[in-house]
Amino acid sequence: MDRLLNVTTILSAVLLLLVLVSVRRAHIRVEYSVSWLLAAAVLLILSRSPGLLETAAHQLGLSYPPLALLLVTGGVFLLMFYRFSVILSKLRDDNIALAQRLAILEYHLHNLRDGGPHA
Amino acid sequence: MPGDSLLIIVPAYNEEGAVGGVVRAIHELMPRTPVLVIDDCSTDTTQAMARDAGAQVLPLPHHLGLGGCVQAGYKLAFELGFEYVIRVDGDGQHDAQDIPRIFDTLRLSGCEMVIGSRFISDNGARPGAVRGLGILFFRMVLRPILGKSVRDPTSGFVGVNRNALQVFSKSFPLEYPEIEALVVLQRKRFRFVEIPCRMHPRTTGRSSITAARSIYYIVHVLLGVFVNVLKFDQRGRAKPRQP
Repeated sequence: MDRLLNVTTILSAVLLLLVLVSVRRAHIRVEYSVSWLLAAAVLLILSRSPGLLETAAHQLGLSYPPLALLLVTGGVFLLMFYRFSVILSKLRDDNIALAQRLAILEYHLHNLRDGGPHA
Repeated sequence: MPGDSLLIIVPAYNEEGAVGGVVRAIHELMPRTPVLVIDDCSTDTTQAMARDAGAQVLPLPHHLGLGGCVQAGYKLAFELGFEYVIRVDGDGQHDAQDIPRIFDTLRLSGCEMVIGSRFISDNGARPGAVRGLGILFFRMVLRPILGKSVRDPTSGFVGVNRNALQVFSKSFPLEYPEIEALVVLQRKRFRFVEIPCRMHPRTTGRSSITAARSIYYIVHVLLGVFVNVLKFDQRGRAKPRQP
């Protein structure tokens, strides 16, 4: 179990570092980094707190504490994926509306310039 | 814009082999009716072919898919004040000779949408086995939702009036829009009617719905239908108005 917790500690630390570096380099916007940082922090805290992990496992009715780590991590990432799906859907809607608006404005512009039928 | 102004819109994506013929056929039949080809960022010469044939072209800056492409045309038509819009696909499968009948039905019936149906009379239209099953399935699904049967729910040969144009300018399904659009109309208590139309086999290009994608199509559209049904809209719960 200790080895597993060490692995998850390293993974969460790498994730934390990666997200912070990405934010610093402006590869991820700050508002979208919060979910990742929270997820990494939860993973790190649970990996480094066997007592907390055992309590969580007991509350969830699990006899093997690392399963609680897996369950919590999975739950956190599922929530994140849901949040990103919502964000992606809105971005796609906005993108389509913008593309249509741009096309229509260009159409009006060409008509005005060339004296087209709908100028 | 006159009170019975009509715009023909032709959504097209890589239809260089057919779009020119479609535009010319419409112009021969209705020389004073403007034709707008909405080019969904084709990688071939669709735009040039459409312009050469005498159409106005609305080029989209990037590929939006059929729904986004058609909606761009609806938005422009609504802004320009057109009363009626008829959509004709750019692949040449729809017969321009049917456009005047769709237009007359739109004007005289008072319905918000007129669908050119392949299956009201035997006109030689034979969809593939999977697609035929899909159409049959959606006929059964839509019957209780719409309160009336629809023979050709996947037809892209449709005319709409300004009321529907206003609704579709704001909200229009983005992928595989035909079936969901019917539910959107029903939620607004709008009416539709089907009239028999001819359908030519596709001669160039390829359909966006291949056999392999049919299953995805059915699941996607089914979900879209139920999402639209579940959208809260008090007026949508009432029965459609009588003509």
